[in-house]
Amino acid sequence: MKRLTPYLLALPSWMWLAIFLVVPMAAMASVSLQTGNAIDGFAMTFSVSNYTDALSRYSTQLVRSLIYGGAATLAMLAIGYPVAYFIAFKAGSRKSMYLFLLLLPFFVSFVLRTISWGFLLADDGILFGTLKGWGLLPAGFHVLATGFAVIAGLTYNWLPFMILPIYVALERVDPRVVEAAQDLYASRIATFRRVVLPLSLPGVFAGVLMTFVPATADPVNAQVLGGTSNTMIGNIIQTTYLTNLQYPTASALSFTLMAVLLVGIFIYARALGTENVLEAAAR
Amino acid sequence: MAELNAIELEGVVKEYLSHGEVVQAVKGVTLGIAEGEFFSLLGPSGCGKTTTMRMIAGFEEPSRGMVKLHGQDVTNVPPNKRDVNMVFQSYALFPHMSVWDNVAFGLKQRKTPQEEIRRRVGEMLEIVDLTGREKRRPREMSGGQQQRVALARALVNRPRALLLDEPLGALDLKLRQAMQIELKRIQREVGITFVYVTHDQGEALTMSDRIAVMNDGLVEQLGGPREIYERPASAFVAGFIGTSNLLSGAASGGVMEFGGGRILVPELDGAVTVTVRPEKITICTDKPDGEVSVVPGTVSEVVYLGTYTSYAVNLGGGTEVTVFQQNAHDAMNTAERGDAVWLSWLPQHSYALGS
Repeated sequence: MKRLTPYLLALPSWMWLAIFLVVPMAAMASVSLQTGNAIDGFAMTFSVSNYTDALSRYSTQLVRSLIYGGAATLAMLAIGYPVAYFIAFKAGSRKSMYLFLLLLPFFVSFVLRTISWGFLLADDGILFGTLKGWGLLPAGFHVLATGFAVIAGLTYNWLPFMILPIYVALERVDPRVVEAAQDLYASRIATFRRVVLPLSLPGVFAGVLMTFVPATADPVNAQVLGGTSNTMIGNIIQTTYLTNLQYPTASALSFTLMAVLLVGIFIYARALGTENVLEAAAR
Repeated sequence: MAELNAIELEGVVKEYLSHGEVVQAVKGVTLGIAEGEFFSLLGPSGCGKTTTMRMIAGFEEPSRGMVKLHGQDVTNVPPNKRDVNMVFQSYALFPHMSVWDNVAFGLKQRKTPQEEIRRRVGEMLEIVDLTGREKRRPREMSGGQQQRVALARALVNRPRALLLDEPLGALDLKLRQAMQIELKRIQREVGITFVYVTHDQGEALTMSDRIAVMNDGLVEQLGGPREIYERPASAFVAGFIGTSNLLSGAASGGVMEFGGGRILVPELDGAVTVTVRPEKITICTDKPDGEVSVVPGTVSEVVYLGTYTSYAVNLGGGTEVTVFQQNAHDAMNTAERGDAVWLSWLPQHSYALGS
């Protein structure tokens, strides 16, 4: 009985995973292999044509999603790392206030936040309208409904998910280890490059994971900020599922996206060094 | 001119602002540490010993005063430009690097040629007995091994002085004693000045050439282990180093009457406090004769400790003294609880305190 106790304690979480992850995934997988239409119903035909069709029809959007997601992730990393570094090492007693400010946007709904970015980036909006009025920007300048606007929106929306894990990793760096590097003749830059940065890589990995995946799959930003010519794979899946009721195609697209993301993450983990990632898990 | 000291502190003060109030962690320390010396900063926690060391390393900037390394003023020089290295209290090894990379770090930062790095790191790992473990990560090693990696990482740079901040604190007693001997051996071998911060008086006495006993941000006494033990400069030093008995009274003509006995205090008059080490006192059942201090008392506790026995003897008036008797000649001195005894010691073992 005693030996079973840990398994019994873990049982609820296994059930949770089974009911809310494994079962729906299996259902989706089965749907993705069916053919038919919403009126006559779908029948299982074990046809992979859904996958090949989806790939050939929507490869542009898939590639665009990866590019937008990747670009947004890089932008988040570029903005987020210094912010996390500042909060971890320089904020002193204001640390919790900055962390609170970081989470403050979450008190407003995701869609609303994105729409307000739309206002911000509008051609004659508060920002560009004013700048154009001052003659600092040409009248034809516009950002809204471009890929840049979508990437900016994705960056804004997921930035905290990049900052927080990096902050946690940096926060855990023993200040005495940093002092030790300085004691061993390392300059500030060398200390960062050889000690602080490598020790924070697990946080970077987690941050990239937590931002790249949702940013690539996100439909909202492309819809609100991207106009009609910058649709991402998330929009396609949404429309196919909710508007066109093409469940098999939508499911096949979802699985394709998942596979592409998993492969991407795998390559990234290998590039960063498996050891680093495992170390992050071990700590 | 005398040879230049390896380290020189001149009126060093460190002030902190804490809750709007200025707190002095170090209140003015002046001392010189000679080349090749094993020097200890000894004191209780909060006495300023670690702050003093961090000012030598460059992690703290003195509020006032001057730090000199080999006659050169380095008061405002950052730690990475100082030719001293530190062994941190919890080692502070780089967790993402192998033992080899940890030890090679300083040499790489100084752009030492590859060939020389390989040779020196190899030699150093041999000295600390870690050959064959180059590829290990710090977390895969025992406390004692990590300790030796930390030592190697600092020493491989051949610094002008090595600073050690309670480096043995995290080790168990047996290992600590072994490392004490080991440290002393390594210090002799490399001939580098060691500055050792500790709150463990036994450790300081065992290893040091000289000790600075610190209390409340000041050096209370500076001297060799014997001098500090036998001739404590203050009640604090007497109490902090080993066990000591403090006896106070009024003396006239070199004699202090004390509870039906007398304590010989040559050349002293007026109010006097003397300290007597427990092992200097002899317990007898009969009143001894001769030119000795003699005091009557009652045994209140007997603790047998193998090589010696510790007695607590009540002298009346709330004074209790501790007496250590070697068990070599216990035939003479088997006192038991409740026995009325005479304590005696030679005049030179009563040491009058400065304060």
